[in-house]
Order: sequence, then structure tokens, then C-alpha cells
Amino acid sequence: MTAPSRPFEPKNGFVKWFDQQLPIFTLLHGALVAYPTPKNLNYWWSFGFLAGILLFVQIITGVVLAMHYTPHALMAFDSVEHIMRDVNYGWLLRYVHSNGAAFFFIVVYIHMFRGLYYGSYKGPREVLWMLGLVIFLLMMATAFMGYVLPWGQMSFWAATVITNLFGAIPLVGDAIVSLLWGGFAVDNPTLNRFFSLHYVLPFVIFGVVILHIWALHIPGSNNPLGIDVKGPQDQVDFHPYHVVKDTFMTSVMAIIFFAFVFYAPNYMGHPDNYIPADPMVTPAHIVPDWYFLPFYAILRSVPDVTIFGFTLIEAKLAGIMAMAASLLLLFALPWLDRSPVRSGTFRPIFKLLFWVLVVDVVILGIVGAKVPDDIAITIGEGGISWLIVGQLTTIYYFGFFLVALPLLAKFEKTKPLPESISEAILSRNAKA
Amino acid sequence: MSTMEQTTEHEETGARRRDFLFVAAGGFGVVAAGAAVWPLVDQMNPSADVLALSSIEVDLAPIAVGQAIKVKWRGKPVYIRRRTPAEIAAARDFPTADLPDAQSDEERVKAGHDEWLVVIGVCTHLGCIPIDYQGDYDGWYCPCHGSHYDTSGRIRKGPAPKNLAVPEYTFINDFRIKIG
Repeated sequence: MTAPSRPFEPKNGFVKWFDQQLPIFTLLHGALVAYPTPKNLNYWWSFGFLAGILLFVQIITGVVLAMHYTPHALMAFDSVEHIMRDVNYGWLLRYVHSNGAAFFFIVVYIHMFRGLYYGSYKGPREVLWMLGLVIFLLMMATAFMGYVLPWGQMSFWAATVITNLFGAIPLVGDAIVSLLWGGFAVDNPTLNRFFSLHYVLPFVIFGVVILHIWALHIPGSNNPLGIDVKGPQDQVDFHPYHVVKDTFMTSVMAIIFFAFVFYAPNYMGHPDNYIPADPMVTPAHIVPDWYFLPFYAILRSVPDVTIFGFTLIEAKLAGIMAMAASLLLLFALPWLDRSPVRSGTFRPIFKLLFWVLVVDVVILGIVGAKVPDDIAITIGEGGISWLIVGQLTTIYYFGFFLVALPLLAKFEKTKPLPESISEAILSRNAKA
Repeated sequence: MSTMEQTTEHEETGARRRDFLFVAAGGFGVVAAGAAVWPLVDQMNPSADVLALSSIEVDLAPIAVGQAIKVKWRGKPVYIRRRTPAEIAAARDFPTADLPDAQSDEERVKAGHDEWLVVIGVCTHLGCIPIDYQGDYDGWYCPCHGSHYDTSGRIRKGPAPKNLAVPEYTFINDFRIKIG
């Protein structure tokens, strides 16, 4: 672990006695007080802290909501309304929990894009990056199952569509789907097990977060320049510098967050989820929660894979493979991008393609919410359908990771790197 | 110390008693782990009461020609459609070989009961409920991802890979069927 800048010397007799037998205060002091961080970290580095805050909020509100919720197909919907109308502050707790999930994803997406831009996934932080991806996958599973619990129309049909994805797996697909459902369709057994898993997975996430932080504190944080720390002159302690900075960012987030909770609590939800689940009627247009839309768009963009008119992979399976690949390729990112320069600041072409990727993912999100055959851009009589837009943006997504990054590592001419973090800061100050 | 000597003696011949113990213990351990894990996995499969869901009988007499009804069977909708001669002709005129999931209309109905089409109303793409009398072929249309089925419930256009499934059913008499 990165050596703390100053040793832990407790004054309090109790702390001293306890710490000798179980050095937990030393551990916390090293991790949260004297943890040395590069002195040039910008506000984008606060989003990991914000994600931690939101995980805490989700666990606390979730545990409380579970005291009033009933995981039964006949009672779940009513119990959620009971929380909304009858339970003291139930409306607040539920809106904090549902908007908290959305904000958790916003914060984590920004955190991931920050890692991508500044090359934080590169050595010696590959394990750190991959642990983060494990957290992301666990979050997706947890959020999906949580969305099912209110047992509204969107809950039910999201559960149906997502579990049916597994049916595309050759040979064992149907057996897996039946195993997930515990029946012939999504029904009470499905709701029960989703509740069980939705309750436990956040604690698994918490465990992986501990590993993520551990893996962070071995090499220490990356920084906007992407160059290694040369010595103490490049660093400041976590406390008070980042404690203050992260607390400020937490306040900013809280203002935006509670603006949603109090003034637009259902803005990021779907009105159809206030209709009780009906296994006999599919809503006219079903969409997953917004934070899954880019991946949903990739799923729907892939057609049959054919060679000489012979269908090699049916669209259903091909779409699922593409969606899985879009997530799993992130695990290979440290090896796809072998450029020795970490930070996008010194990589002109990477920087451009990165921002195109950000826009690309946003467009994928919009495509995911549309009907594929509808016209996106009108040209004369016809136009370009959302399906085509989805296919083009899907191609860019994969192209960025699988083609552009390996090529850039070989051919991109990078800008000269500064000598050290402190030198870069001093020369900037001198110019000013 | 005698055991020590024995061990060295056997080392020369290759297999030691300890090797056998390792393999045997490991083997039993794997079997025990499997036996412990299987109930934990299998409990997720459909339980006895779910599997025991009985078959249903449906009275067809009230259904007019050109009308369809939807009944619930094993938690899923089943469409029973009394087709018009035009709908039957539309399904039979199209060459079977050109279908994504080649199946003739005759294979999908009971002989002598050609006007009755019984299909499970679950889209073979991702399990949504298709809407009847909709889509390009006036059969079914799935609103989720745009699959079009014809008047025989066969996939004609869109991402679904298979035709709407025909459940197991028998005619008790001309106007009564038993599904399941």
C-alpha cells in the first residue's frame, strides 16, 4: 500500500490500546487521512467518492423499504403504493431509492469515462479497472432486479424480455430460462428470488468496493497528466485536501439529486410502471430503465449474421452476443490500448475520438428508447430509420475499442509529457 | 521413524500412499461439494405445484368466424382464432420454403379443423405478447421489437427466429378443445 505521509500516533489512551490489538485505526488513518494523492487531481476525481456515498444511501434506504415491501405477485404493487401513501416518509424513502439508483449510474458512468479519458486503466492499475467493471456488472444486475420489484407493467415486461435473452443460448437456453423463472413464465417465484438477490447483491458490491479501494491504494491515484508521481513534492494528503473537495462535490450532487427527488421524482421513471403487472398484455412500447438504453440499442441493432445466404447466427443470439461483447471488451481495454501515454490530454487523435465516443454512447441511449423502424432523420420522402442510426453508432462503439485504440497505440504522435507533476504546476503558475 | 523409512522406500516405485489419500479425499470433496450445490441450484427450477398446473378445456362455440379469443394457460396467453377462408388462403398461398421457419399451414392446425388456429401468444424473440390482427400480414404483430406473424402464426418479418408455438391440444368435439 502507498506509504502514508505521516505515521499514525494516537493520543487517546483507548484508541492506543485498541489499535495495538486490532490496528483498524491505523488502517483508516492510512486510507482516509494520510493517504497521499497527486496534487493535481481535478473534480472528475470526486466521482468515485460520490459513487461510494450513493451506494451507502441505496443500502440504507433499501433496508428500510424492505421493512414495508411484500415480495408477492399479488401484493407487491399494492405494498409499494402502501409505502407511497401510508408509511411515514415512505414516499421520500422510495423516491430517494429510485432516483438514487439513477444517480448511481450517472456518477459511475462519469467515473468510467474519466478513467477512459485519463488512461487510468493502464498499468499498474489493470486490476483496479477490472474490479470496477465487476462492480458495474453487479450494479446492472442489482438495478434490473430492483426495477422488477414494484411489479408494474414495465417491471414485468422488463423481467420477461431480459430473462428471455438467456433463451438464445444454444442447447441449454430454455433450461436456463425455466431455472431463472421457476415456472413457465415470469411469475411469483421469479419475483421472490429477485427480491432475495436484490437485497444481497449490494453487500457483494460493498465487498468488491473494498477490494477496488484496496487496489487503488497500492499504486495510488492516477492524475490528469497521467504521469507517475516522482516524490512527496507531487503529493498532498487525502485529509484535508480531498475530504474538503469531495465534500463540496457531494453537496453539489445533493442539490441536483434532491431537486429531482422533490420536484421531478418520476422524471427518470416510466408512467407504465404505475399500471399493475398484467401477464396477458404487453405495453405498446417497452423500454428498460434509461441507464441500460445504450446497451439495449446495441442488442437491437444486430441483424442475422449470414454467409452466402446461410444464416450463421440468428439475430436474437447475435444481438445478445454483441451486447455481452460491448461490456466484456472493457475488461480487455488495458491490452487494447497499449499507448505508453496515459492521459488523453497529450493524445490529440485519441482525445477527439474519445469525445465522439461520448456523443456516440448518448446517441445509442436515444436509439434505445425509440421504435427501430421509425424515421430518425427525414430526407425527402423517406429517411434514415433509428435502426440504421443504431447500427452506425454500434459500429463506432466497437470500432473505437477494437480498431482505433490498437492502431492509435502504434501510429499516434503524442505531445511531450511534462517532467513531473510539480514541474507542470510550477510552469503553469509561472506563465500566469 | 519407521513410517519415514517406508515413505522413502515407496517413493522409488512412483505412487505413494499419500498420493492415493490426496486423490481419494479430493474426489470425495468434489462429489460432496456437487451434492451440496445441486439442491441450491435445483430449488430455482419450477416447483411441484407449478408443474402440476392442469390442462384446460375451452368452449369454441361462441367464437365467430374472423374472431379470436385469448385464454390463459400455464401463466401464458393462448390465442384461439377462427380464421376466415381468406385468411386460410393467405397462409396457404405463400410458398412454405421461403419462410424463415419453414412450416406449412397444414402442419400447424388439426386436420379437418382448418379454420381453428391455436397458438401460444408469446413472441419467440423475447417473450412479449403479440397483438392479433396487426402487422403487415394481418396475423400478429409484436410491439416490443417489431416481429410480424402471418395468419398461420408464422414469423415473416422482424427479429423473432421461430413461428408462434402451437401448444399440445386435442379436439374433444367440433367446438371444444383441451389444451395441455
